[in-house]
Amino acid sequence: MQVDAATVRRIARLARIKVSAEEAKGLEGELSGLLDWVRQLDEVDTKNVEPMTRVVARDIPMRRDVVTDGGIADQVTANAPQADDSFFVVPKVVE
Amino acid sequence: MTDLTSLTLAEARDGLRAKAFSATELTEAHLAAIEAGNAALNAYVLVTADQARAMAAEADKRLANGTARDLEGLPIGHKDLFCTKGVRTTACSKILGDFTPTYESTVGQNLWGAGAVMLGKLNNDEFAMGSSNETSAFGPVVNPWRRTGKDGEQSADKLVPGGSSGGSSAAVSGRLALAATATDTGGSIRQPAALTGTVGLKPTYGRCSRWGIVAFASSLDQAGPIAKTVRDTAMMMKAMASYDPKDSTSVDIPVPDYEAALAGGVKGLKVGVPKEYRVEGMSAEAEALWQQGIAWLKAAGATIHDISLPHTKYALPAYYIVAPAEASSNLARYDGIRYGLRVPGKDLVDTYESTRAAGFGKEVRRRILIGTYVLSAGYYDAYYLKAQKVRTLIKRDFDVAFETVDVVLTPTTPNPAFAQGEKTADPLSMYLEDIFTVTVNMAGLPGISVPAGLSKQGTPLGLQLIGRPFDEATLLRAGQAIEDAAGRFTASGDWWLGGDAAAAAEATIKPAKKAAGAKAPKKR
Repeated sequence: MQVDAATVRRIARLARIKVSAEEAKGLEGELSGLLDWVRQLDEVDTKNVEPMTRVVARDIPMRRDVVTDGGIADQVTANAPQADDSFFVVPKVVE
Repeated sequence: MTDLTSLTLAEARDGLRAKAFSATELTEAHLAAIEAGNAALNAYVLVTADQARAMAAEADKRLANGTARDLEGLPIGHKDLFCTKGVRTTACSKILGDFTPTYESTVGQNLWGAGAVMLGKLNNDEFAMGSSNETSAFGPVVNPWRRTGKDGEQSADKLVPGGSSGGSSAAVSGRLALAATATDTGGSIRQPAALTGTVGLKPTYGRCSRWGIVAFASSLDQAGPIAKTVRDTAMMMKAMASYDPKDSTSVDIPVPDYEAALAGGVKGLKVGVPKEYRVEGMSAEAEALWQQGIAWLKAAGATIHDISLPHTKYALPAYYIVAPAEASSNLARYDGIRYGLRVPGKDLVDTYESTRAAGFGKEVRRRILIGTYVLSAGYYDAYYLKAQKVRTLIKRDFDVAFETVDVVLTPTTPNPAFAQGEKTADPLSMYLEDIFTVTVNMAGLPGISVPAGLSKQGTPLGLQLIGRPFDEATLLRAGQAIEDAAGRFTASGDWWLGGDAAAAAEATIKPAKKAAGAKAPKKR
């Protein structure tokens, strides 16, 4: 599976990670190699097999829909690079 | 005075209760060992000396007035993947900066609630991604074990302690902690244990709460202990395991008294030996040790059965689709907005892209990109869905096997500890380290590694036992049988405790220098 430069750029954009031109070159090779290696899974017949969506076979636990936490805005923003009055400060989003 | 750091967790517990020494003395002995030995090993990324002393003092009060809890006064190290309230937690990544959680992980809370003393946070591969602890933002960890040449001389080559829980395995084998917490997603407890002559247990998925643990791959991650002996491991497991409603994958099954269960022996235990684990590239020593393990268990009264786990070879490629996919989702939260590093950009997207490029190391970026690719439109069915179907088949292999056997015996790793830099050029050669361990995470089963022998270069090798879901007690007693036959393996000498400039200068990658008075190494 040949991963080309355009694909690396597309994936990097999806992953929101800036990738330099030289890094992209290296990644083309690495990702191609890894994706080639995982293609051996095609040897496995999975025609009537369900994907494993739960590791332990049980129903997801339910609970009553009541508020059991909250009112800790100061804790939530405690580690923010930039916070103001229990808001996270971010670069402008809307023009 | 006995060297208190050479005690096992059980011996230390018994010694405290017999008043042979105090919790304060026990903690001070370990803090001194860390002071002397951490520069050479780089096992700790943060030493919490004041907090440890306060916890030890409290423990001494409780030991005196009869309110001592199970692990009262026992000093342990805590992997820096567990959120610790008021104590910096980094996952050994630059991207978390000086993130200081305002909450404690459930597993951590269980341990402090049982009276354990936290010595500090332990080094690991960044975001738990690695098998050698060479990807940490704090620099690599060094294995206290060294190779011995044909001439009997110890080589000064730096060996890896395994990963991702390399700080945990190095601290325990280097006697800088009586035991340590760790996590395992593809082998990150068992493989480091095998490479350092320690015991490592990955419990059944859902046995220990994942709440408060920095997530890597949510369907694979599990917390577990690394300790000096099987008994110590049982003690740690009893405290760490619990039902936690805050983790929706936590299973509400009572926690057995694992230590009491050790006495059971293995008479009549049915041990399965899967032929598919005999792989190309596996060392002759691992193969020989496997045969030795079979003989030991047989001599202890177990019966041996050849079994087949036909989809074994597909576990590793399936893992390297599923784990990176889940990681790409879990690590999307590190965007420079709510915590950690922020690299300001010209707009929001630029801020995200610059922050993540600067904050994540090479291996983490590689895995996020693979994960993003296999989940992207047009590829999801061919890769992720396919891998999840193969996963069902891997689990089914074990379900069938467990109809005829009680435990499965395999080597833990194909080879003993390798040298730093030996496998970093080709990611795939590093991934192959996990070939015997990933199947267990993919199937959600419990697995333990018990030290069982030494390579001809004098470095440790481990044997792995895999069990039925929630049957950690059987794994522990089978592990005890192996330990009884194999004996204990302790790193000879104490070259790392020299703690001098010579040891530090040898390092090609210097461990971070400590500023005067500061205890936390800076990240690179």
